[in-house]
Amino acid sequence: MHVLRPLFVVLALGAAILAARILVVPKDFGIHERGYMYGWYRKASEEDWKNFQVKYQGRDYCKDCHAEQFQQLRTSLHTIIECENCHGLAIEHPSDPQKLSIDRSRELCLRCHTYLPYPTSKRAEIRGIDPDGHNAGLECVGCHDPHRASKPK
Amino acid sequence: MNRRGFLSLSLKGLAGIALACGLDEIFRPREGLGAAKPGRWVFLVDTYKCIGCGFCVKACKLENEVPFGANVSRTWVERYVVTKDGEVFADTPQEGRYGFITRRIDLGQGRTQEILPEKIDKAFFVPKLCNQCAEPSCVQVCPVGATYQTADGVVLVDRKWCIGCGYCIMACPYGMRFFHPVYHVVEKCNFCYHRINKGMKPACVVACPVGARRIGNIKDPQDPVANIIMTQRVSIHKPEYGTDPQVYFIGLSEEVR
Repeated sequence: MHVLRPLFVVLALGAAILAARILVVPKDFGIHERGYMYGWYRKASEEDWKNFQVKYQGRDYCKDCHAEQFQQLRTSLHTIIECENCHGLAIEHPSDPQKLSIDRSRELCLRCHTYLPYPTSKRAEIRGIDPDGHNAGLECVGCHDPHRASKPK
Repeated sequence: MNRRGFLSLSLKGLAGIALACGLDEIFRPREGLGAAKPGRWVFLVDTYKCIGCGFCVKACKLENEVPFGANVSRTWVERYVVTKDGEVFADTPQEGRYGFITRRIDLGQGRTQEILPEKIDKAFFVPKLCNQCAEPSCVQVCPVGATYQTADGVVLVDRKWCIGCGYCIMACPYGMRFFHPVYHVVEKCNFCYHRINKGMKPACVVACPVGARRIGNIKDPQDPVANIIMTQRVSIHKPEYGTDPQVYFIGLSEEVR
């Protein structure tokens, strides 16, 4: 009999592990649409991601309250640029955040307007400057109105 | 009952059952056959249009709570400059989150190099993001089922389930995965799963001023992006790995690694 005792211990351990597994592994964990190879997961995780907060709202979110600026921008070449690229993410504005922090830096403009002589890239077609030669260190918005960028002559 | 009668009755019975099953299949199709099938998200990147402004990277990092200053990102923009001597320079300074505001190529370790315009043969920008592969090697290697593919083809990471072993980071041929500096689990682009499920476009697609990034549903024949992928000359990144990437590129060059 004493030789069989370790066997009972092992069996009890196995049963304990199986019981713990039933308690610990969620009910929705298992094989889903994409099969065992790619679809073995906890289904509720999909909902976790779907409930992630939207922060970047897009220009339609801005246009009703800021109609004047929106219309002004529509006639400008800069109409292709989303409001939030310069003004910061709207998130839940105007409740949270109450005020957006506008990026007025020279570096923001240079993202597109540093002239890069790159054939086969649309970048070379944008009116650009040499950042070291054109009023280095000054903020562009001192002279240029980003809402009124006009077509090149 | 004799043997002949028994066999005849059995055959008639079987035929009856088969007929009943067949009629059931034809007149009462299984649930789901008539219902809308899940779509299949695909992405289209036009490298001719990309101007390297980096607004996509900025929007992505802020939308998806990847710390802005950290040197990891779900998406990034690479610059390629090929000289007339055939030399290839490639860089992605700070993943392109501040755009490309200088001609000097970042060679790493603080070194930069300027390439004269007359020496440039071709130069272009390539935005990169997770390919949401149809056969994702990163999912296969996960030992705990923390990363998976949804029915509509997006590869997600379960933050509550990930143990941070990093196998998937090693398995991705595209280097798309990284450790999230705050949550300490694996992080990757998921086509802004929270946005596309609300009928919105991913943050990078909205932020792109030139339309270089587009998302679509390859299962929908009316979808303009699906149309381009099906009918025009597009290519995928690293097809030799057999992962069947679902991000398609227009104008992808052999220099792109």
